[in-house]
This record gives sequence, C-alpha cells and structure tokens, in this order.
Amino acid sequence: MFWRFVGSTFFFCPTCRIVVHNGERWKRHKSTCFQQSPLTRLQCHTKSFSTIIKKQLADVDNSTVLSITENFKRGEWKAVDIVVEYLNRIHEMDKLLGAFLTVDAERALQKARWLDEKWRKGEPLGPLAAVPVAVKDNLCTKGIPTTAGSRILENFIPGYDATTVSRLEAADAIVVGKTNMDEFGMGSSTELSGFHPSKNPWDPSRVCGGSSGGSAAAVASGMVPFALGSDTGGSIRQPASFCGICGLKPTYGRVSRFGLVAFSSSLDTVGPMASSVMELASVFQVLAGHDSMDSTSLLDKVPCYKDILQERGALDLKDIKLGVVYDERMLSSKGFGQVEDVMRCFQESVRVFTHLNAKVVAISLPFLEEALAAYYVIAPSEASSNLARYDGVRFGIRQEAAHISELYQKSRGMGMGSEVKRRILTGTFALSSGYYDAYYRKALQVRQLVSQQLKNLFQQQLDIIICPTTPCAAFELGEKIKDPVKMYMEDLLTIPASLAGLPALSVPMGFDSDHLPLGLQLIGNQQREDILFRAGHAFQLATNWHRHRPLMYRNYVSTTTDAIH
Amino acid sequence: MLRNKTLLLFQVLVSKSGKCCLSFSHTRNNLFVSRRQSIQCSVSKLRYIHCNCSATQKTTLSHPTLYSKEEIQSYYEPVIGIEVHVQLATDTKTFCPCPTRFGAKPNSNVCPICLGFPGTLPLLNRKVLELATRAAVALNCEVALNTKFDRKNYFYPDTPKNYQISQNDRPLGRNGYITLPSGRNIRIQRVHMEEDSGKMLHQGASSLTGSTHTFIDYNRAGIPLIEIVSEPDISSPVEAAEYGEELRRIMRYIDISDCNMEEGTMRLDVNISLRPKGEETFGTKVELKNINSFHFVSRAVEYEIIRQGSLLLQREKPIQETRLWNEKSQSTLTMRVKEGASDYRYFPEPDIPPIQLEPSQVDDIRRTMEELPSAKRKRYLEEYGLSVYDANNVVNEPSIAKFFEATVRHGVAPKLVVNWIMSDIMKYLNQKRIEITETKLSCESLAELISLIENKTITGRIAKDILPILMERGGSVTTIVEERGLQQLTDKNKLEELVKTTIASYPKEVELYKSGKTKLLGFFVGQVMKSSGGKADPVLTNQLVKECLSQ
Repeated sequence: MFWRFVGSTFFFCPTCRIVVHNGERWKRHKSTCFQQSPLTRLQCHTKSFSTIIKKQLADVDNSTVLSITENFKRGEWKAVDIVVEYLNRIHEMDKLLGAFLTVDAERALQKARWLDEKWRKGEPLGPLAAVPVAVKDNLCTKGIPTTAGSRILENFIPGYDATTVSRLEAADAIVVGKTNMDEFGMGSSTELSGFHPSKNPWDPSRVCGGSSGGSAAAVASGMVPFALGSDTGGSIRQPASFCGICGLKPTYGRVSRFGLVAFSSSLDTVGPMASSVMELASVFQVLAGHDSMDSTSLLDKVPCYKDILQERGALDLKDIKLGVVYDERMLSSKGFGQVEDVMRCFQESVRVFTHLNAKVVAISLPFLEEALAAYYVIAPSEASSNLARYDGVRFGIRQEAAHISELYQKSRGMGMGSEVKRRILTGTFALSSGYYDAYYRKALQVRQLVSQQLKNLFQQQLDIIICPTTPCAAFELGEKIKDPVKMYMEDLLTIPASLAGLPALSVPMGFDSDHLPLGLQLIGNQQREDILFRAGHAFQLATNWHRHRPLMYRNYVSTTTDAIH
Repeated sequence: MLRNKTLLLFQVLVSKSGKCCLSFSHTRNNLFVSRRQSIQCSVSKLRYIHCNCSATQKTTLSHPTLYSKEEIQSYYEPVIGIEVHVQLATDTKTFCPCPTRFGAKPNSNVCPICLGFPGTLPLLNRKVLELATRAAVALNCEVALNTKFDRKNYFYPDTPKNYQISQNDRPLGRNGYITLPSGRNIRIQRVHMEEDSGKMLHQGASSLTGSTHTFIDYNRAGIPLIEIVSEPDISSPVEAAEYGEELRRIMRYIDISDCNMEEGTMRLDVNISLRPKGEETFGTKVELKNINSFHFVSRAVEYEIIRQGSLLLQREKPIQETRLWNEKSQSTLTMRVKEGASDYRYFPEPDIPPIQLEPSQVDDIRRTMEELPSAKRKRYLEEYGLSVYDANNVVNEPSIAKFFEATVRHGVAPKLVVNWIMSDIMKYLNQKRIEITETKLSCESLAELISLIENKTITGRIAKDILPILMERGGSVTTIVEERGLQQLTDKNKLEELVKTTIASYPKEVELYKSGKTKLLGFFVGQVMKSSGGKADPVLTNQLVKECLSQ
C-alpha cells in the first residue's frame, strides 16, 4: 500500500486527502470513498510506464538530482514516470527499512502531473524540477502529517509549510513523503522514534544513525535521490556517514528554521542529504538564503555554488589548507570498536587530499569532551522549554483527564518517549534556580570557548578541518539503546561544529572490515560552504566511495529490470 | 505561508456534553482536519493551594475591621509597590502579524505563531520596541542599549507555548521615577517588554480551580505589554491611586496606550505589606489583583491596611498570598497562596537575537518627547498663573491640555479659558462621551468667543448658547452672532425703553418692591434679560432697573 497508517488511531486517505481518526469511521470512509483505490490507479500508471526510464534510472549516474532534472527538462522522462519509479522503490524496499513515516503518493503524482503539464506548455521549470524528495518528519508540510517522530504529534497536520519545504516546492521538486527520525531529533540511531526504528540499507540488522536516519536510509537505498534532514548535534552528518551518503550541516542561520519543529533553537539547522557533493550543492543553492520568518536567519547573499565549482582550477586544492585532526589514541580510549578501520580510511582520505595539492597540517581539537558535556546541557535546556507546548491543549494527542495537571501529565506522559523525558528533566534541572550557574551558564561558557578555539584555528589561515564523522561504523540495533551515555558519545566529533555554528560536510570515505560505510567530516569557517563543496567535490572526483550502493539496491534493480526483460 | 490565515480557524465551542471543545478546520483547498477534542480544564490543586484548608482559614476569615484605621496607623505604616501592565497601542501583536483589535470574535485574531504551533518562530514587531523605549524614556529610566528577550517558563493553558517571552536580567528600562501631582517622586525599578497571555472564561467557578470547564480565547495571546514595576515608595491608599493615575496620564501623553482599565489595556497589581513604624525591614507581602478602576485602588489598599493591621494587632501574621478585590463586597478575598518562590527557569530566548539600540535612537526619542504632565503642571503654575487645582484639571487629559494651550496662544486670559473648558465644555463632552478632538470646536473660535464677551459684544448667557453650536457645527463666532443678531444690547435708550415696558407689566411687584422688598430687583433684571432674549448688557440693565424703580 502506498498510503501509510501512522499509529493505530490515525488514517490518512490519499484519495480525498483527509485524515480519519478512529477505525470505525475509517472503515465507513473507505467503503464510500474508494471507488478506485490508489493502488489501482498506480497500476494504471505502471502499465504506461516506460521501461527504458526504469533501466536508465537504475544507473547510479542517471539517478542523481542533476540528471533527473536534465532528462525531465529535455523531455526524455516524464515526471509521472519518475515519481512512479521512486514510489515503486519505496513500496519494495521500505517494508524492510522503515525509513518513511508517511508517503503521500497521490499528492506526489498530482504534482508530477502538474509538472508534466507545465513542461508541455513550455513554462519555465525550477532548478530541481521533477526530483522526488523525502522530508524529515520534523519539517512542517502543509497538509501532510508532521510528527517529529513523536506520538504526541501523531495527529498533527500543519496548515503551513516550512520555509525549506516551500523553497523546494517552488523549485519544482516533488515531496513524496516524510521520513522517520528519533523523537524530536533526540537520538543517534532512529531507534528512539515514537513509531518504529529505521534500518541501515547496508545491513538491516544495524542502525542507520540519527536523528535524520530515515532520510539517510531513504537516500542510501535509492528510494529518493535526495532528502532533507536537520542537524542539532550531528543529526545529518552521523546518519550520512552510517549510510554512506553525503550530508551538509549548514552554517547556523544560513537556512531558515521556520517550520522546523524546534529541538534546540540555538543549534538547530536544516540541510540536504544526497549521494554526491554536487547534488548537495545544487539543493543547498535552493535552500540557503535569508528568510524574514526567521529572526536568526543570516542576511548575507548566497553565492552561486555551481559557478564556484565550475570555475577553472576549482578542483585544484592548492590554495586550501587542511587541518587534520589526529586523535586515534583518544578515540580508542573511549571504547569505540573498529577504530583501526576508521583511522585507515581517514589516512587514505588525507592522502587523497595531498594528491589534490591541498596543504595539510596536523592539529588537535581541544575540549572535545567538554564540548560534548556542554552540548548535553544546552540542548536539553532549550528542549525543555521548546517542548513545553506539547501539552494536549491546542494540538496533538490529548488524553482525557479530570483536571488540568492530570491532562498535562497523561498527555505528555503517554505521548513522549523515555529519551525525550530524560532530556526534558535534564534541561529543567539545568535551568532551575540554584543550578543555572553551575550548569547552563557554565555550558554557555564552554560553548564560547569551543567557538573561540575553532575561530582561532580558522584565523591561522586554515580553510577546512577534517576528521572522521563518527568514531565507528553503524552499530547493531539495540546495541546502545540501554546506555544513553554511549549513545551520546556518538556525537563526539560532530558537536564542536554545532556549538560553533560552523558548516560541516560528511562524505563517504570507505568501508570498514564488515563492509559498512564510513564518513569523513569537513568543517569549514562561517558561511564557507563553498570551500567545503569544492574540497568535497574534488575528493569525490578522485574517489569512488559515493558511487557504491548497498546490496538491497542492487537486488532491487536487477530483479525489476529482469522482470521487464 | 501564514498569510493563509483563513486556513486555520480556531474556535472554542461548547459540545453537547457541555465540555469546552477546540476545533480546527481548514477551509481552503479542501484540506482536511476537522476534529473536536474536549478539554476539560477543571483543576483542583494544581499550582496553588486553595485556601480552604484549616490552617489558613483562621487568618483569612478573621474579621478585618476590628480596629480603626487611625489606631492601626499609629502603630504600623504601609509599604506599597505597584506593578502595572500597559498594553501598547500597536496594530499587530508582538511576534506575529495578527491584529490587536479589542472585542473581536473569540479566537479570530490568531495564527500558528501566536498559538505556538510546532515550527513557528517569533518575529519582533519593531513598533513594540519603539513604544516601549518611549515609555522607558518618559519614566526617566536608564535605557539599556543592549537588551534581549528571555523565556519565562510555566505551564498554564492560557499561555500557548507554555512559556512567556519576557525580559529578565536586562530589562529595557531601569532606575526611573515619576513625579506625582503632589510633588512626591515615586521611583520606578524597571520597565520591560513582554507578551500577553490568552483570556480564560471559567464555568462554574471564578478561577480554573474548581471550574467545571474553561473557555480559552487566544485573541489576547501575544499582544504587546510593558510591565512597569515601582519601588515600594508609596505610603498611602490615596497615593497608590495617584500613582496609577499619573502613570496612565504619562502613557496617554506619549501616546503609547489608551490605558483603559475596563478593557484591560492597563492592569494594576498592588503589593502591600505593613511594618511597625520606623522599622526598616519589610513585612509579609500580599498581592492585590483584579482592581479595575483607580477609585478601587485606594479602596482596596485601605481595606488591606485595615485587614492586615487588625491581624497584626491581634498578634497574628498575614500570610504571603494573592488576593482579589471584590467590587460587590468591597473587600479582598484570597485567590491563591504561594507555595514558596516559583521558579520560572528564565533563559535567553534563542529565537530572537539580542537587540542593540543606538544612543542616537534613544536621544531622538528623548528629544521629540512631548512635554510630560508633571512639567506641564509646573509650567501652568508659573507661566499661566493657574491655581494648582486648575492646573491638575487641565493637565489630566492630554487633548484638553493641548486645546487649552492652543486657545491661550490666541491671547485670551488662561483663567477664563480654564473656566470655559472645565464648566460648559467638559459638561458637553461628558454628556456626549466624546473627546474634544471629536467636536467641531476650534481653539480659534473659543478664543474669539471669550474675547467677544470681554469686549462686551455678547453676553455670557449668549456665549453659553453659542458654544453648543460651535461644538456641533463649528464656524466663526462673529458670523453666528451677526447672523442671529445676538450682539449685546448696550444702547442706553433702547434698553431704558425695554426696562420701562417690562416694569410696567408687573405693577404688583413694583408695589411690593416699593414697600421694601428690594430682593425683587433680581426678578426685574431677570425679566428684562428674558424679554431681551439674553442680549441685554447685565451691568447696564441692573443700573437702569434700579433707576427706574426708584423713580
């Protein structure tokens, strides 16, 4: 089925695009409304579906954001066919992965039909025309359920789009669905989703990282060419690394936060996830820029990244000074496994950069552990306040209660998961009078210190700092769920950039001995996403890691194309 | 995005079961979600301990008027501080584009931002900052050039985000003062900006506690307020009312709020405690709420002084609590007892960057500031030689003061202008319940009117008749006088004739007068005035009547 029932009490009818609350009403609705089920409709499409496109899309190089738009604009492919192929992939693969929370097939097809019509009339098309996109479920989408991975919002359907979503829509991308995530972005494995865990396409017994795990799994398995994620302490970079794709956490304020269900307002960022840096750059071009709906949005003009990447000598990195973080001993002392694999891949990557003429200097990232601690004070503190609005009074799930405190207790108690509660408690404690100075204020001081340190590094003519994105590859499902601190340690290397509000890119840099992907993190100076794109793109031209696809994708491609033969 | 506000109708309705329901409906694009949920906000013991428990019963129910005011004041002195919330007169709310119009249908002036929907962010209305800065300057505060917003966290259904965006450690204004008409200065501790909460309508009880269900109207949620906190400098019930009135006057002079206590655009909370005379430490503080007129401010404070004083004299201690002024019983009643200090867990609002004000901006505001009531009063005494009473009266209303000054500028004696304004004009305005600016009366015509009386072209009586015409239709006084032939009758011969004929028609009275009832002189003068249509020169008439009768 292409429509998904989110939770047990909530049904979304894609035909008339309404949400029905209880089972009885749903049955009644189904009997009257479904003259023609969406599936039958889809099968009609499938019949007219060009097998050539299916074959062509099976090729890694053809399934990029850029080639889809290009082929669509040239008239080679129809938007409807593209969407149907991707819906088919979701249909086939998501049963296993659980990357999506909502798939709105009807809506996607409608947009595709509209785009085809637009093409036929020769009207101008956006830079992402006909590219299917999956949106993390904490970004508001008008008319599509937005849960932020929490039960408390399982019936929440926003009447407004997040700025990032409306920008994608305006660029003619097609939103196909909403992806799974750790509840409110709190987690590093997507196991802490209020609905179901998502699995890693490279090995479904392992986690896909988090909190943008659904988006990462969807892109890595080829269910969508690109996706939107959000990054508070590593939530884009870590799952990108675990799933072998690219992810960008932009400079804080570069991409509007309007419509992003807030976790920690001073750290939250929205960014793209895709297979290659080139794709990230073209999506980021659409996302970035000032938004009057977000007071923390930066006013500076956004450069044209395509021009920068196509400039002569852009891929020769001789003007770039790389700061390489060597901290093997520190990582191994923290009890992470497979550190050798990580360090091997990392050293190879550094070698690639030296071949690309980049100047390499060894540096160390001080205050790593202090930064982690500060993050786990600041983020929960802000979260404790940001999440206060989920009380069951105005929207979201409400439990019947005899009086108001019981209403709060029951609604929040039942609607929120244990990790969310833990962080709300932590944050509430840290902000309480008498503890504020010892925790929150101290954490802000550490944040200031870390920012200053990184600023100093960039002032020493350093352009990029590189280090592994994560200290290890994807771990087994359930491995760290019992130990929150172990889970928190996942964010060790991604947090400094978050605290300082710096842009950071994760690109695949190889595989460990279990053939699980590993990620390389490139941290840039304020608003220097362009340099990250240059280095990342040059790296990907020199390496092949980003062109690898998981086995399940190759299986899908071979079985479906065989069937066509 | 949010412009499609019609898309989200947010209504409170009553379901068949009598519970309060919130229902959302999307009207455009056939977008779904029509759901009803019932909130039953009937609260028993939530944040406050209701005062029905036996421990507190004794203190709250003790008869408060056992001792007289004088008796209490010979032992104790009151310490009074006032917190005032003033709604800023902006067109839109503090952080979203919703209108601030009063009296709109419940939950019609709302949008996802002021309802605190997921993903929405506050956008500061620059006008709020401007008006608040003007207030801080007018209250002689030090204006913080580097200020910020903070979140005040507490759970309550009328606060959509369950935190209020307010200011904590860096308020916009600090260390100010105002000068009361009595000349006393009351220090202002701080002035800060914040957003208002929604309005709750409780069913079955006067508060959330004990109500069967509660309606919430979020129209008010997000409306900009400034909170003005005074130092505990106020020493009497009368002064408390004076302070409130003066504050209101200042806010109206600088045009940042209409300060209507009935509509709640100005709200007053009084903190009051008693301490033995001459002592430095403060007693236990009681907060008074729900006072919606200045008259009741002094009544409520007085009641509280007597209540607390009686308790103290009975060797009982007042408890720290919030009490509501009850208009019907003319007394205060316990609303809630504080469970110790509440912890609002303030922290800097991360969604709004810190605010930087340029010193030049503040200077501009200071330079272009209207003359404030206290300065005006002083000037009226010195420049115009008005009495304190008259000066206070004229200064009371900004529009009146403006009109007064403009009239005086036309060269009329200030005292005469005050007399006209305070008697006939005010009477007319009060009758019609309008402002002077809403009438057709111009300062030129009032000046003209007064000078016509002065040069004896018309009588005072006639002027009183002309005034309503001026107020309703405007125009030149001279034209009206000429058109209607209202000039004063000063021709001695004509007047003498009139006097003679009038007297001739009252032979009986003449007899009586001649037999010694000289009091009847007034009667004759009146009759002459009447037959002249009010135009007769009163002084001359008086003289002629006397002469005529003595013949």
